Amino acid sequence: MDQFFLFYASFFDQITMLTKRIIPCLDIKNGRTVKGVNFLGLRDAGDPVELARRYSEEGADELVFLDITATLEKRKTLVDLVTRVAREINIPFTVGGGIKTVDEIEELLKAGADKVSLNSSIVKDPDLINRASDAFGAQAVVAAVDAKRTGNSWHVFIKGGTEDTGMDALEWMKETETRGAGEILLTSMDRDGTKQGFDLDLLKLVNEQVTIPVIASGGAGTIQHCIDAVKTGNADAVLAASIFHFKEIEIADLKADMANSGIPVRNMAL
Amino acid sequence: MIALIKYRAGNIASVSNALDRLGADYFLADTPDQLETADGVIFPGVGHAGAAMESLKENGIDEWLQQTKKPVLGICVGMQLLYDSSSEGDTKALGLIPGRLEKFDSNDAKVPHMGWNVIHIKQDHPLLKGINSGEHFYFVHSFYAPETSDAIATCDYITDFTAVVSKDNFAGVQFHPEKSGKAGARVLQNFLDHVYG
Repeated sequence: MDQFFLFYASFFDQITMLTKRIIPCLDIKNGRTVKGVNFLGLRDAGDPVELARRYSEEGADELVFLDITATLEKRKTLVDLVTRVAREINIPFTVGGGIKTVDEIEELLKAGADKVSLNSSIVKDPDLINRASDAFGAQAVVAAVDAKRTGNSWHVFIKGGTEDTGMDALEWMKETETRGAGEILLTSMDRDGTKQGFDLDLLKLVNEQVTIPVIASGGAGTIQHCIDAVKTGNADAVLAASIFHFKEIEIADLKADMANSGIPVRNMAL
Repeated sequence: MIALIKYRAGNIASVSNALDRLGADYFLADTPDQLETADGVIFPGVGHAGAAMESLKENGIDEWLQQTKKPVLGICVGMQLLYDSSSEGDTKALGLIPGRLEKFDSNDAKVPHMGWNVIHIKQDHPLLKGINSGEHFYFVHSFYAPETSDAIATCDYITDFTAVVSKDNFAGVQFHPEKSGKAGARVLQNFLDHVYG
Protein backbone atom coordinates (compact mmCIF):
# COMPACT_ATOMS: atom_id res chain seq x y z
CA MET A 1 0.00 0.00 0.00
CA ASP A 2 2.73 2.45 1.01
CA GLN A 3 4.78 1.46 -1.96
CA PHE A 4 1.88 1.97 -4.24
CA PHE A 5 1.32 5.39 -2.73
CA LEU A 6 4.96 6.35 -3.20
CA PHE A 7 4.84 5.25 -6.81
CA TYR A 8 1.68 7.20 -7.27
CA ALA A 9 3.16 10.31 -5.65
CA SER A 10 6.32 10.18 -7.72
CA PHE A 11 4.26 9.67 -10.85
CA PHE A 12 2.46 12.90 -10.10
CA ASP A 13 5.75 14.65 -9.35
CA GLN A 14 6.85 13.83 -12.85
CA ILE A 15 3.88 15.20 -14.67
CA THR A 16 4.49 18.54 -13.02
CA MET A 17 2.38 21.32 -14.37
CA LEU A 18 2.99 24.99 -14.78
CA THR A 19 4.85 26.05 -11.66
CA LYS A 20 3.75 28.56 -9.07
CA ARG A 21 6.13 31.52 -9.11
CA ILE A 22 8.12 33.22 -6.36
CA ILE A 23 8.61 36.91 -7.08
CA PRO A 24 10.80 39.20 -4.97
CA CYS A 25 9.78 42.85 -5.33
CA LEU A 26 12.36 45.64 -5.30
CA ASP A 27 11.25 49.19 -4.48
CA ILE A 28 13.35 51.67 -6.41
CA LYS A 29 13.98 55.36 -5.79
CA ASN A 30 16.35 57.36 -7.98
CA GLY A 31 17.75 54.15 -9.37
CA ARG A 32 18.52 52.61 -5.96
CA THR A 33 16.71 50.07 -3.80
CA VAL A 34 14.77 51.82 -1.09
CA LYS A 35 14.32 49.47 1.81
CA GLY A 36 17.50 48.53 3.57
CA VAL A 37 18.58 45.06 2.62
CA ASN A 38 20.37 42.68 4.87
CA PHE A 39 22.44 40.67 2.45
CA LEU A 40 25.86 39.40 3.28
CA GLY A 41 28.32 39.43 0.45
CA LEU A 42 26.67 42.11 -1.63
CA ARG A 43 29.15 44.75 -2.71
CA ASP A 44 26.41 47.34 -2.89
CA ALA A 45 23.08 46.37 -1.36
CA GLY A 46 21.52 49.53 -2.76
CA ASP A 47 22.24 48.48 -6.32
CA PRO A 48 19.06 46.94 -7.75
CA VAL A 49 21.02 45.10 -10.43
CA GLU A 50 23.24 43.35 -7.95
CA LEU A 51 20.30 42.43 -5.76
CA ALA A 52 18.37 41.21 -8.79
CA ARG A 53 21.26 39.00 -9.86
CA ARG A 54 21.44 37.54 -6.35
CA TYR A 55 17.73 36.72 -6.33
CA SER A 56 17.98 35.20 -9.78
CA GLU A 57 20.81 32.93 -8.65
CA GLU A 58 18.87 31.93 -5.53
CA GLY A 59 15.95 30.68 -7.60
CA ALA A 60 13.55 33.60 -7.93
CA ASP A 61 11.25 32.89 -10.88
CA GLU A 62 10.60 36.46 -11.80
CA LEU A 63 11.32 39.94 -10.43
CA VAL A 64 9.24 43.09 -10.01
CA PHE A 65 10.78 46.57 -9.84
CA LEU A 66 8.48 49.27 -8.51
CA ASP A 67 9.76 52.80 -9.00
CA ILE A 68 8.64 55.28 -6.37
CA THR A 69 10.75 58.18 -7.61
CA ALA A 70 8.73 61.35 -7.89
CA THR A 71 10.95 63.61 -9.94
CA LEU A 72 11.08 64.69 -13.55
CA GLU A 73 14.24 62.67 -14.03
CA LYS A 74 12.25 59.59 -13.13
CA ARG A 75 11.65 58.01 -16.50
CA LYS A 76 15.21 58.29 -17.71
CA THR A 77 16.52 56.72 -14.48
CA LEU A 78 14.00 53.92 -14.80
CA VAL A 79 14.85 53.21 -18.44
CA ASP A 80 18.54 53.14 -17.55
CA LEU A 81 17.82 50.69 -14.75
CA VAL A 82 15.72 48.44 -17.00
CA THR A 83 18.51 48.41 -19.58
CA ARG A 84 21.06 47.40 -16.95
CA VAL A 85 18.81 44.72 -15.45
CA ALA A 86 18.01 43.26 -18.87
CA ARG A 87 21.72 42.92 -19.65
CA GLU A 88 22.45 41.05 -16.44
CA ILE A 89 19.35 39.02 -15.60
CA ASN A 90 18.13 35.95 -17.47
CA ILE A 91 14.69 35.59 -15.90
CA PRO A 92 11.56 37.63 -16.71
CA PHE A 93 10.97 40.92 -14.95
CA THR A 94 8.20 43.47 -14.59
CA VAL A 95 8.62 47.18 -14.06
CA GLY A 96 6.05 49.54 -12.63
CA GLY A 97 5.51 52.90 -10.96
CA GLY A 98 3.82 55.94 -12.45
CA ILE A 99 3.65 54.62 -16.03
CA LYS A 100 0.93 56.57 -17.85
CA THR A 101 1.29 56.26 -21.62
CA VAL A 102 1.78 53.70 -24.37
CA ASP A 103 4.98 55.53 -25.35
CA GLU A 104 6.41 55.06 -21.86
CA ILE A 105 5.47 51.39 -21.95
CA GLU A 106 7.12 50.94 -25.34
CA GLU A 107 10.30 52.59 -24.07
CA LEU A 108 10.49 50.24 -21.07
CA LEU A 109 9.72 47.10 -23.10
CA LYS A 110 12.30 48.07 -25.72
CA ALA A 111 14.84 48.59 -22.94
CA GLY A 112 14.27 44.92 -22.03
CA ALA A 113 11.42 44.72 -19.51
CA ASP A 114 9.11 41.75 -20.14
CA LYS A 115 6.03 43.31 -18.61
CA VAL A 116 4.86 46.63 -17.23
CA SER A 117 2.70 47.01 -14.16
CA LEU A 118 0.02 49.70 -14.35
CA ASN A 119 -1.82 50.93 -11.26
CA SER A 120 -3.24 54.45 -10.72
CA SER A 121 -2.98 55.31 -14.40
CA ILE A 122 -5.43 52.61 -15.48
CA VAL A 123 -7.95 53.64 -12.84
CA LYS A 124 -7.96 57.14 -14.33
CA ASP A 125 -7.64 55.92 -17.93
CA PRO A 126 -8.93 52.32 -18.17
CA ASP A 127 -8.55 52.33 -21.96
CA LEU A 128 -4.77 52.43 -21.45
CA ILE A 129 -5.05 48.67 -20.76
CA ASN A 130 -6.68 48.12 -24.17
CA ARG A 131 -4.14 50.28 -25.99
CA ALA A 132 -1.17 48.64 -24.28
CA SER A 133 -2.54 45.13 -24.76
CA ASP A 134 -3.26 45.74 -28.45
CA ALA A 135 0.18 47.19 -29.02
CA PHE A 136 2.34 44.75 -27.03
CA GLY A 137 0.17 41.73 -26.21
CA ALA A 138 -1.69 40.83 -23.02
CA GLN A 139 1.37 39.04 -21.64
CA ALA A 140 3.16 42.40 -21.31
CA VAL A 141 0.39 44.12 -19.33
CA VAL A 142 0.05 43.61 -15.58
CA ALA A 143 -2.88 45.30 -13.85
CA ALA A 144 -1.74 46.23 -10.34
CA VAL A 145 -4.64 46.58 -7.94
CA ASP A 146 -4.36 47.88 -4.37
CA ALA A 147 -7.43 46.61 -2.53
CA LYS A 148 -8.69 47.39 0.96
CA ARG A 149 -11.62 45.83 2.76
CA THR A 150 -14.41 48.36 3.17
CA GLY A 151 -17.51 46.98 4.85
CA ASN A 152 -18.47 43.74 3.10
CA SER A 153 -16.39 44.33 0.00
CA TRP A 154 -13.02 45.59 -1.16
CA HIS A 155 -12.35 48.99 -2.66
CA VAL A 156 -9.63 49.97 -5.11
CA PHE A 157 -7.16 52.41 -3.60
CA ILE A 158 -4.71 54.54 -5.56
CA LYS A 159 -1.78 56.85 -4.88
CA GLY A 160 0.10 54.29 -2.87
CA GLY A 161 -3.00 53.20 -0.99
CA THR A 162 -3.89 56.67 0.30
CA GLU A 163 -6.94 57.44 -1.84
CA ASP A 164 -10.17 55.40 -1.88
CA THR A 165 -11.63 55.41 -5.40
CA GLY A 166 -14.88 53.86 -4.17
CA MET A 167 -14.58 51.27 -6.95
CA ASP A 168 -15.33 47.63 -6.16
CA ALA A 169 -12.02 45.76 -6.41
CA LEU A 170 -13.48 42.50 -7.77
CA GLU A 171 -15.47 44.30 -10.46
CA TRP A 172 -12.38 46.31 -11.38
CA MET A 173 -10.20 43.20 -11.67
CA LYS A 174 -12.76 41.56 -13.96
CA GLU A 175 -12.75 44.71 -16.07
CA THR A 176 -8.94 44.72 -16.35
CA GLU A 177 -9.12 41.18 -17.73
CA THR A 178 -11.84 42.09 -20.23
CA ARG A 179 -9.80 45.07 -21.37
CA GLY A 180 -6.77 42.89 -22.06
CA ALA A 181 -4.57 42.67 -18.98
CA GLY A 182 -2.53 39.47 -18.99
CA GLU A 183 -2.04 39.24 -15.27
CA ILE A 184 -3.19 40.85 -12.01
CA LEU A 185 -0.86 41.93 -9.23
CA LEU A 186 -3.21 42.09 -6.27
CA THR A 187 -1.98 43.84 -3.13
CA SER A 188 -4.03 43.74 0.04
CA MET A 189 -3.59 47.14 1.67
CA ASP A 190 -4.95 45.64 4.90
CA ARG A 191 -2.17 43.10 5.02
CA ASP A 192 0.70 44.93 3.33
CA GLY A 193 3.58 45.26 5.77
CA THR A 194 1.84 43.32 8.56
CA LYS A 195 3.45 39.89 7.96
CA GLN A 196 0.10 38.42 9.08
CA GLY A 197 -0.48 36.45 5.88
CA PHE A 198 -2.19 37.20 2.58
CA ASP A 199 -5.86 38.14 2.33
CA LEU A 200 -7.05 34.63 1.41
CA ASP A 201 -10.75 35.57 1.17
CA LEU A 202 -9.96 38.19 -1.45
CA LEU A 203 -7.60 35.90 -3.35
CA LYS A 204 -10.14 33.07 -3.43
CA LEU A 205 -12.87 35.37 -4.70
CA VAL A 206 -10.86 36.97 -7.44
CA ASN A 207 -9.55 33.62 -8.65
CA GLU A 208 -13.13 32.41 -9.00
CA GLN A 209 -13.94 35.38 -11.20
CA VAL A 210 -10.95 35.94 -13.48
CA THR A 211 -9.08 33.52 -15.73
CA ILE A 212 -5.76 35.40 -15.95
CA PRO A 213 -2.98 34.65 -13.44
CA VAL A 214 -3.12 36.45 -10.10
CA ILE A 215 0.00 37.41 -8.15
CA ALA A 216 -0.65 37.57 -4.39
CA SER A 217 0.97 40.50 -2.61
CA GLY A 218 0.78 41.99 0.85
CA GLY A 219 1.18 40.16 4.14
CA ALA A 220 3.82 37.50 3.55
CA GLY A 221 5.51 36.73 6.85
CA THR A 222 6.10 32.98 6.84
CA ILE A 223 6.52 30.11 4.43
CA GLN A 224 3.08 28.83 5.45
CA HIS A 225 1.52 32.14 4.39
CA CYS A 226 2.90 31.61 0.88
CA ILE A 227 1.66 28.00 0.78
CA ASP A 228 -1.79 29.18 1.93
CA ALA A 229 -1.88 31.87 -0.78
CA VAL A 230 -1.44 29.16 -3.41
CA LYS A 231 -3.41 26.27 -1.90
CA THR A 232 -6.26 28.21 -0.29
CA GLY A 233 -6.18 31.46 -2.24
CA ASN A 234 -5.42 29.76 -5.59
CA ALA A 235 -2.75 32.37 -6.36
CA ASP A 236 -0.51 31.71 -9.35
CA ALA A 237 2.44 33.55 -7.87
CA VAL A 238 3.54 34.99 -4.56
CA LEU A 239 5.22 38.37 -4.32
CA ALA A 240 7.08 39.67 -1.28
CA ALA A 241 9.72 42.23 -0.44
CA SER A 242 11.06 42.47 3.07
CA ILE A 243 10.99 38.77 3.99
CA PHE A 244 13.42 38.20 1.12
CA HIS A 245 15.43 41.41 1.56
CA PHE A 246 16.03 40.68 5.23
CA LYS A 247 16.65 36.98 4.66
CA GLU A 248 13.78 36.01 6.94
CA ILE A 249 12.92 33.43 4.32
CA GLU A 250 15.38 31.89 1.89
CA ILE A 251 13.91 31.34 -1.56
CA ALA A 252 15.36 27.82 -1.67
CA ASP A 253 13.69 26.89 1.66
CA LEU A 254 10.40 28.38 0.52
CA LYS A 255 10.47 26.41 -2.71
CA ALA A 256 11.42 23.18 -0.95
CA ASP A 257 8.52 23.53 1.52
CA MET A 258 6.09 24.44 -1.25
CA ALA A 259 7.20 21.38 -3.23
CA ASN A 260 6.76 19.19 -0.14
CA SER A 261 3.23 20.44 0.23
CA GLY A 262 2.47 19.39 -3.33
CA ILE A 263 2.85 22.72 -5.11
CA PRO A 264 4.73 22.58 -8.43
CA VAL A 265 7.78 24.87 -8.27
CA ARG A 266 10.74 25.38 -10.56
CA ASN A 267 13.81 23.45 -9.60
CA MET A 268 17.24 24.56 -10.65
CA ALA A 269 18.87 21.38 -11.89
CA LEU A 270 21.60 23.18 -13.81
CA MET B 1 29.22 34.68 -37.00
CA ILE B 2 25.64 34.27 -35.83
CA ALA B 3 22.98 36.42 -37.45
CA LEU B 4 20.09 37.54 -35.28
CA ILE B 5 17.14 38.31 -37.55
CA LYS B 6 15.93 41.85 -36.96
CA TYR B 7 12.33 42.49 -38.02
CA ARG B 8 9.32 44.14 -36.47
CA ALA B 9 8.14 41.08 -34.57
CA GLY B 10 11.49 40.21 -33.03
CA ASN B 11 12.33 40.76 -29.37
CA ILE B 12 15.90 41.61 -30.26
CA ALA B 13 16.87 43.20 -26.93
CA SER B 14 16.39 40.11 -24.77
CA VAL B 15 18.00 37.69 -27.20
CA SER B 16 20.96 39.95 -27.94
CA ASN B 17 21.49 40.47 -24.20
CA ALA B 18 21.53 36.69 -23.78
CA LEU B 19 24.07 36.31 -26.61
CA ASP B 20 26.19 39.06 -25.03
CA ARG B 21 26.18 37.17 -21.73
CA LEU B 22 27.46 34.10 -23.57
CA GLY B 23 30.16 36.15 -25.28
CA ALA B 24 28.79 35.10 -28.68
CA ASP B 25 29.92 36.71 -31.92
CA TYR B 26 26.75 37.89 -33.63
CA PHE B 27 25.24 40.66 -35.69
CA LEU B 28 21.75 41.92 -36.47
CA ALA B 29 20.55 41.03 -39.96
CA ASP B 30 17.51 42.34 -41.79
CA THR B 31 18.25 41.38 -45.41
CA PRO B 32 18.92 38.08 -47.22
CA ASP B 33 22.39 39.36 -48.26
CA GLN B 34 23.35 39.88 -44.62
CA LEU B 35 21.92 36.50 -43.61
CA GLU B 36 23.91 34.81 -46.36
CA THR B 37 27.18 35.86 -44.65
CA ALA B 38 26.22 34.11 -41.37
CA ASP B 39 27.32 30.69 -40.10
CA GLY B 40 24.05 30.22 -38.24
CA VAL B 41 20.85 32.15 -37.73
CA ILE B 42 18.69 32.90 -34.69
CA PHE B 43 15.09 33.75 -35.56
CA PRO B 44 13.23 35.32 -32.63
CA GLY B 45 9.60 36.35 -32.64
CA VAL B 46 6.84 37.74 -30.46
CA GLY B 47 3.25 38.76 -30.98
CA HIS B 48 0.78 37.75 -33.67
CA ALA B 49 1.99 35.05 -36.09
CA GLY B 50 0.25 36.70 -39.05
CA ALA B 51 1.81 40.09 -38.37
CA ALA B 52 5.21 38.47 -37.87
CA MET B 53 4.92 36.60 -41.19
CA GLU B 54 3.95 39.81 -43.01
CA SER B 55 6.92 41.58 -41.49
CA LEU B 56 9.27 38.78 -42.60
CA LYS B 57 8.05 39.14 -46.18
CA GLU B 58 8.93 42.84 -46.35
CA ASN B 59 12.62 42.17 -46.97
CA GLY B 60 12.28 38.73 -48.49
CA ILE B 61 13.54 37.00 -45.36
CA ASP B 62 10.75 34.42 -45.73
CA GLU B 63 12.12 33.22 -49.07
CA TRP B 64 15.69 33.25 -47.80
CA LEU B 65 14.71 31.02 -44.87
CA GLN B 66 12.87 28.62 -47.18
CA GLN B 67 16.01 27.87 -49.23
CA THR B 68 18.85 28.10 -46.68
CA LYS B 69 20.90 25.11 -45.56
CA LYS B 70 22.46 27.01 -42.64
CA PRO B 71 21.52 26.07 -39.07
CA VAL B 72 18.50 28.11 -37.95
CA LEU B 73 17.07 28.34 -34.43
CA GLY B 74 13.54 29.73 -34.15
CA ILE B 75 12.40 31.08 -30.79
CA CYS B 76 8.71 31.26 -29.76
CA VAL B 77 6.82 32.79 -32.70
CA GLY B 78 10.06 32.29 -34.70
CA MET B 79 9.67 28.55 -34.07
CA GLN B 80 5.95 28.65 -34.87
CA LEU B 81 6.57 30.23 -38.27
CA LEU B 82 8.79 27.29 -39.28
CA TYR B 83 5.63 25.14 -39.50
CA ASP B 84 3.17 24.98 -42.40
CA SER B 85 0.55 27.24 -40.89
CA SER B 86 -1.00 28.72 -37.78
CA SER B 87 -4.63 29.07 -36.83
CA GLU B 88 -3.66 32.49 -35.45
CA GLY B 89 -5.14 34.69 -38.16
CA ASP B 90 -5.22 31.58 -40.40
CA THR B 91 -1.59 32.32 -41.28
CA LYS B 92 0.33 30.48 -43.98
CA ALA B 93 3.79 30.10 -42.48
CA LEU B 94 7.17 29.03 -43.91
CA GLY B 95 6.30 25.37 -44.49
CA LEU B 96 9.66 24.01 -43.35
CA ILE B 97 8.20 21.67 -40.71
CA PRO B 98 4.89 19.81 -41.23
CA GLY B 99 2.07 20.85 -38.92
CA ARG B 100 -0.37 23.56 -37.97
CA LEU B 101 -0.34 25.67 -34.80
CA GLU B 102 -3.55 25.52 -32.76
CA LYS B 103 -4.86 27.70 -29.95
CA PHE B 104 -5.00 26.36 -26.38
CA ASP B 105 -8.54 25.78 -25.21
CA SER B 106 -9.09 28.42 -22.52
CA ASN B 107 -11.99 26.41 -21.07
CA ASP B 108 -9.42 24.01 -19.65
CA ALA B 109 -6.83 26.34 -18.12
CA LYS B 110 -5.52 29.87 -18.19
CA VAL B 111 -4.36 31.10 -21.61
CA PRO B 112 -1.72 32.27 -22.44
CA HIS B 113 0.42 29.48 -21.07
CA MET B 114 2.72 31.79 -19.14
CA GLY B 115 5.39 30.80 -16.69
CA TRP B 116 7.88 28.04 -15.94
CA ASN B 117 7.04 24.55 -17.11
CA VAL B 118 8.99 21.32 -17.58
CA ILE B 119 9.99 19.66 -20.82
CA HIS B 120 9.99 15.94 -21.58
CA ILE B 121 12.78 14.90 -23.91
CA LYS B 122 11.71 12.53 -26.72
CA GLN B 123 14.88 12.29 -28.82
CA ASP B 124 18.59 12.94 -28.28
CA HIS B 125 19.59 16.17 -29.93
CA PRO B 126 22.64 18.49 -29.70
CA LEU B 127 20.36 21.40 -28.75
CA LEU B 128 19.47 19.64 -25.48
CA LYS B 129 22.93 18.42 -24.53
CA GLY B 130 23.28 18.58 -20.75
CA ILE B 131 19.54 19.11 -20.29
CA ASN B 132 17.34 16.45 -18.72
CA SER B 133 13.62 15.81 -18.83
CA GLY B 134 12.05 17.76 -15.98
CA GLU B 135 14.14 20.88 -16.56
CA HIS B 136 12.08 24.10 -16.36
CA PHE B 137 11.87 26.72 -19.09
CA TYR B 138 9.94 29.99 -19.37
CA PHE B 139 6.95 29.89 -21.74
CA VAL B 140 4.63 32.68 -22.93
CA HIS B 141 2.25 31.62 -25.72
CA SER B 142 -1.38 31.03 -26.65
CA PHE B 143 -0.80 28.84 -29.74
CA TYR B 144 1.02 25.52 -29.73
CA ALA B 145 2.53 23.05 -32.17
CA PRO B 146 0.94 19.59 -31.72
CA GLU B 147 3.31 16.75 -30.85
CA THR B 148 4.64 15.17 -34.07
CA SER B 149 7.55 12.91 -35.01
CA ASP B 150 9.73 16.04 -35.38
CA ALA B 151 9.34 16.84 -31.66
CA ILE B 152 12.62 16.65 -29.74
CA ALA B 153 10.91 17.58 -26.49
CA THR B 154 7.34 18.14 -25.41
CA CYS B 155 5.62 20.08 -22.67
CA ASP B 156 2.27 19.33 -21.06
CA TYR B 157 -0.16 22.22 -20.71
CA ILE B 158 -3.80 21.43 -21.43
CA THR B 159 -2.39 19.04 -24.05
CA ASP B 160 1.03 17.60 -24.93
CA PHE B 161 2.64 20.01 -27.37
CA THR B 162 6.02 20.40 -29.06
CA ALA B 163 8.44 22.41 -26.90
CA VAL B 164 11.54 21.73 -29.01
CA VAL B 165 11.46 20.75 -32.67
CA SER B 166 14.09 19.83 -35.23
CA LYS B 167 13.91 19.02 -38.94
CA ASP B 168 16.80 19.16 -41.39
CA ASN B 169 18.83 22.30 -40.58
CA PHE B 170 15.94 23.92 -38.70
CA ALA B 171 15.36 23.82 -34.95
CA GLY B 172 12.89 25.67 -32.80
CA VAL B 173 12.05 26.21 -29.16
CA GLN B 174 8.61 27.31 -28.00
CA PHE B 175 10.01 28.62 -24.68
CA HIS B 176 12.21 31.69 -24.28
CA PRO B 177 15.77 30.46 -23.72
CA GLU B 178 16.89 34.08 -23.23
CA LYS B 179 14.62 34.27 -20.16
CA SER B 180 15.00 30.72 -18.88
CA GLY B 181 17.89 31.11 -16.47
CA LYS B 182 20.86 28.77 -16.73
CA ALA B 183 18.93 26.08 -18.57
CA GLY B 184 17.99 28.53 -21.30
CA ALA B 185 21.55 29.83 -21.57
CA ARG B 186 22.66 26.22 -22.01
CA VAL B 187 20.29 25.72 -24.95
CA LEU B 188 21.59 28.86 -26.66
CA GLN B 189 25.18 27.76 -26.02
CA ASN B 190 24.34 24.34 -27.46
CA PHE B 191 23.10 26.02 -30.62
CA LEU B 192 26.32 28.06 -30.89
CA ASP B 193 28.38 24.89 -30.34
CA HIS B 194 26.34 23.13 -33.00
CA VAL B 195 26.93 25.95 -35.50
CA TYR B 196 30.66 26.03 -34.85
CA GLY B 197 31.01 22.31 -34.17
